[in-house]
Amino acid sequence: MPILSLLTFLPLAGALVLAFLPRRREVLLRGLALAVALIALGLSVGLYLSFESGTGGMQFVEHAPWLGSGIEYHLGVDGISLFLVMLAAFLVPVSMLASWRSVSSKVKEFLIFMLVLETGIIGVFLSLNVFLFYVFWEAMLIPMYFLIGVWGGARRVYATMKFVLYTMLGSLLMLVAMIILHGRTGTFNLLEYYRLAGSGDWLDPRLQVWLFLAFALAFAVKVPLFPLHTWLPDAHVEAPTAGSVILAAVLLKMGAYGFLRFALPLFPEAVSKFLPYLSALSLVGVVYGGLMALVQKDIKSLVAYSSVSHMGLVMLAVFALNFEGVQGAVFQMVNHGLSTGALFLVVGLLYERSHTRRISDYGGLSRQMPVLSAFFMIAVLSSAGLPGLNGFVGEILCLFGVFRAGTLLAVLAVSTVILAAAYLLGLFQKVMHGPISNPAVRTFKDLNLREVLVLLPIIVLMFWLGLRPGSVLRKTEASAALQVSRVTGRSSVLVSTPAPSPLKAGKFSPLPLIREKRPAEEKDADD
Amino acid sequence: MKEAFWMIPLFPAVGALGLLVFGSRLRRGAVSFLGCLTVLASFLLSLASFLGLSATAAAGGGPRIKVLFDWLDAGRLSAGLSFQFDALTAVMALVVTGVSFVIHVYSVGYMKGDRSYARYFGLLNLFVFSMLLLVMASNMIVLFIGWEGVGLCSYLLIGFWFEKPAAAAAGKKAFLINRIGDAAFLVGILFLVLFVGGTEFRLIERAALNGELGAGAATLIGLLLFAGACGKSAQLPLYVWLPDAMEGPTPVSALIHAATMVTAGVYMVARLNPLYSLSPAALETVAVVGAATAVFAATMACVQNDIKRVLAYSTISQLGYMFIGCGVGAYAAGIFHLFTHAFFKSLLFLSAGSVMHALSGELDIRRMGGLRRHLPLTYAAFLTGTIAISGVPFFSGFFSKDAILTKAFASGRHVVWALGLLAAVMTAFYMFRLLLRVFHGQERLEPSAKARLHESPPVMTVPLLILAFCSAAGGYLSLPVVFGKGLDRFPRYLESVILPGAEAHLSRGTEWLLIATSTAVALVGIVLAFLFYGRRTVVPETLIRTFPRLYRLVADKYYIDELYGAVIVNPLLRGSEAVYRDFDVRVIDGAVNGAARLTARAGKGLNVLQTGRVRDYALALLVGVLIVVGFLVL
Repeated sequence: MPILSLLTFLPLAGALVLAFLPRRREVLLRGLALAVALIALGLSVGLYLSFESGTGGMQFVEHAPWLGSGIEYHLGVDGISLFLVMLAAFLVPVSMLASWRSVSSKVKEFLIFMLVLETGIIGVFLSLNVFLFYVFWEAMLIPMYFLIGVWGGARRVYATMKFVLYTMLGSLLMLVAMIILHGRTGTFNLLEYYRLAGSGDWLDPRLQVWLFLAFALAFAVKVPLFPLHTWLPDAHVEAPTAGSVILAAVLLKMGAYGFLRFALPLFPEAVSKFLPYLSALSLVGVVYGGLMALVQKDIKSLVAYSSVSHMGLVMLAVFALNFEGVQGAVFQMVNHGLSTGALFLVVGLLYERSHTRRISDYGGLSRQMPVLSAFFMIAVLSSAGLPGLNGFVGEILCLFGVFRAGTLLAVLAVSTVILAAAYLLGLFQKVMHGPISNPAVRTFKDLNLREVLVLLPIIVLMFWLGLRPGSVLRKTEASAALQVSRVTGRSSVLVSTPAPSPLKAGKFSPLPLIREKRPAEEKDADD
Repeated sequence: MKEAFWMIPLFPAVGALGLLVFGSRLRRGAVSFLGCLTVLASFLLSLASFLGLSATAAAGGGPRIKVLFDWLDAGRLSAGLSFQFDALTAVMALVVTGVSFVIHVYSVGYMKGDRSYARYFGLLNLFVFSMLLLVMASNMIVLFIGWEGVGLCSYLLIGFWFEKPAAAAAGKKAFLINRIGDAAFLVGILFLVLFVGGTEFRLIERAALNGELGAGAATLIGLLLFAGACGKSAQLPLYVWLPDAMEGPTPVSALIHAATMVTAGVYMVARLNPLYSLSPAALETVAVVGAATAVFAATMACVQNDIKRVLAYSTISQLGYMFIGCGVGAYAAGIFHLFTHAFFKSLLFLSAGSVMHALSGELDIRRMGGLRRHLPLTYAAFLTGTIAISGVPFFSGFFSKDAILTKAFASGRHVVWALGLLAAVMTAFYMFRLLLRVFHGQERLEPSAKARLHESPPVMTVPLLILAFCSAAGGYLSLPVVFGKGLDRFPRYLESVILPGAEAHLSRGTEWLLIATSTAVALVGIVLAFLFYGRRTVVPETLIRTFPRLYRLVADKYYIDELYGAVIVNPLLRGSEAVYRDFDVRVIDGAVNGAARLTARAGKGLNVLQTGRVRDYALALLVGVLIVVGFLVL
């Protein structure tokens, strides 16, 4: 069964069916769209269960000729893309459920765009042909453009233009780079690129620099890396809840994914040149995003700046280019998807009741809405990296990876621990605690069953990943190690026998799971 | 049964889950029952494990370790969710579960009538669970889970009455200041992984003893972890959250902010004693910070008029004592003071709670006085606690404080010892001042409060009596060696965990002299308190008039909060606001929009209708990108 094609195109097929249904049958439309999204989620869970954790290479590969001249239909999944696909498949139905009431105009179009968006996102993560990747990458912009532009807030047109143009400008240069790449190699096949890059007979370093910059720009806008972040607060603030959730939780990951999958392994010689600058920009993003979040007056733009900070840490860990860093980055991408998704959902639930996003319009909601308060608190704690919840695992792995790449970088990045607590607890205090200052608050109802169902699965996952991180880490480790070795040229070999816990074995020796082969390089890794 | 110790934290975990999720549907009786029962079960299991441990201690063998599951495992960073049970854990688990149980029972009376009764007990259970995680962890990462967990519970319980802005703010302040320490703590853990290769305590101990860990690395790690301890255990310069934490319900202050959570830093240092003993510099820092905090906090306790805040400053000061113990290498003495302090300080807080209960929440000692006639049981309890903390001979505080001071003197750090003595005078003084102002002298009550004056119900006074007994008798677990050989049972019990260092031996004469000095110092403090506040308060009033500036300085807490606000918090917020307004919006985003406008004006032909803006943006962006690219390449 071509499970990857099925997963990718099922939502699109659903959208086509929806297009032929009468727009007045709203319940049918919503139900059908939700059902399609849930089936896709089920497929992604099936993918997870049948995914083999021991190998780092691509699995479930589908390869067929398509347009010729190197443009082929080529899908595959590895440990890194697996969880990003799952994240998208999980959050699309959640967002649909969350929009059950809040989106009441042009419901049919909304649902169609959501499903098309899902196809685009999953396609981006699964494509192994660079051209195919580009098609999905651009196609995904269209539904997003409309989601913000049609169902967004007051300044939605400005925001959506800014979002699309920022992204497209970066990706146009990427397209040029792809074509040059094709000219040199005669193929768009990513796996072929990997093989060539590893063989030593690869691009001229000067060309690598230009191609790397073109790719890096496209991805840096998406992440977004400082100083290319200003589209993000605007897009988030104006987007409807579903748009914000997908944007923050999944779309930003495309940038980090792009670095990991394309920009870093394809141009290793350019990478070594730009790594310090990229790390520096990421670090600035961590601190700068945190400080900006501290002074926001709009809940959504606060969460948007917190994303700049969190994604900064993810990128810092990616640029650390070691096993722990990449493991942490992938894990943290999932975490950020869940926690920021949950925060935007909470903001959406509040907005539906109050029709305001200004922090100062709230206060004292905890007594009125205890269930929402509990969910909000857990989301805040997850985002702030409290141990026991998912955020901590990602954060400590990222920090350790960064730490191994550069002590000072890690010491500075640890400030995120303080800043995140400051802006998130500050937000929680102003919105939920204190006396009720706005009389309208007294009329707010606590969450109903549907709203609980929207948030509860995310909360459960936060606890699950916090307590059993192995359910992600075991599946990602081989791919993370492979991808690191592709960039650094150092082969990280998985010790095939599982490292016995020092306690169980009754003796103590530091037993790193991954051993790096070139001992001469060890020194700079530990500096 | 031998391996059952890992279930100790399980009961409060189940209790917390049940009460927080379903609590609002339970009847109050069921909530009280569930809340107290889970902690009692933990206490009994701790007791059984303790007895089992003592039985097998003679047979030798290291700590018992139970790995529940492999939790985090990625490359060099790995940690199982695993518990260990040894002598130090046994002491901590008994203190935590024992005092917690007593305070849970007390809370049944104290919190009666609160509308969030189930949430209160749920959070209290969650706290006990987190604290047990902290003291039973077999590695630093699980310890850190507990460490942050207790911080979270502290945050949630300080802000329990979150409608009150002061309570909500105090909770957030506590969490944030702790996070500053925790950031350093986290870096310390990372260094530990780097230098030692793991965070298991047994691994750390081995590395320290084998010489795999150098003094430099030990100093670095020790100081970073101690920064975390300064947050959690409210030491200079991170102590500022603890006085504000008094906004929480009083039993919470007794449990979290006196007996258990705030001692976590002391526990951590004692737990890592092999590492700290490698680094004289780290130990020196611990001792000096402890001594400085002990004196500094005591000065503020002498002039506060809020009954709970006096006790809060006293707690900071006593925690300083515990760090003096650790810093001079007498970890067992530090833990012993932690042990006795848990009893007498929670006793004092609960008695204060009983006073507040009687006076409808009054906190200001200027509106109290003469209460001993109305609240005889509370008075007896408070008196016992006061005597114990002041270091009056044969009460628990005397023995534990004396052990620390003797060890400080023996280690040759005479300045630290002298500061300890100075803090001891002030301790005796401010505690008796509190006692005299609250229970003796004229009644200065508000008429409305006087009408409702009543002794607390048995559910609150019986816990007081239990704690009073422990405060009086707890010291006999460890008597000074001069009293007779083999009476120092407590440190000897801990010997398997806390390696006895090379001790400078003091002559019998010196030891007696030191004991006499400590006693004299306590008596001086008490006599001063009686002179100042016994009959009339002429002396302090004269002093305040003579040195008004000094008095204001101390009474206003040396303006430390204001200083932090002016030097750190406000510049950070103002600066960020300015950067947001002038840089993020104006420069970065302005460059994007401005370039768009510029091109629009230059090339009118391109600017066709509204869609023209699209291209403007594209052009502006392109220019910006080219600049960035050019900059990076050149």
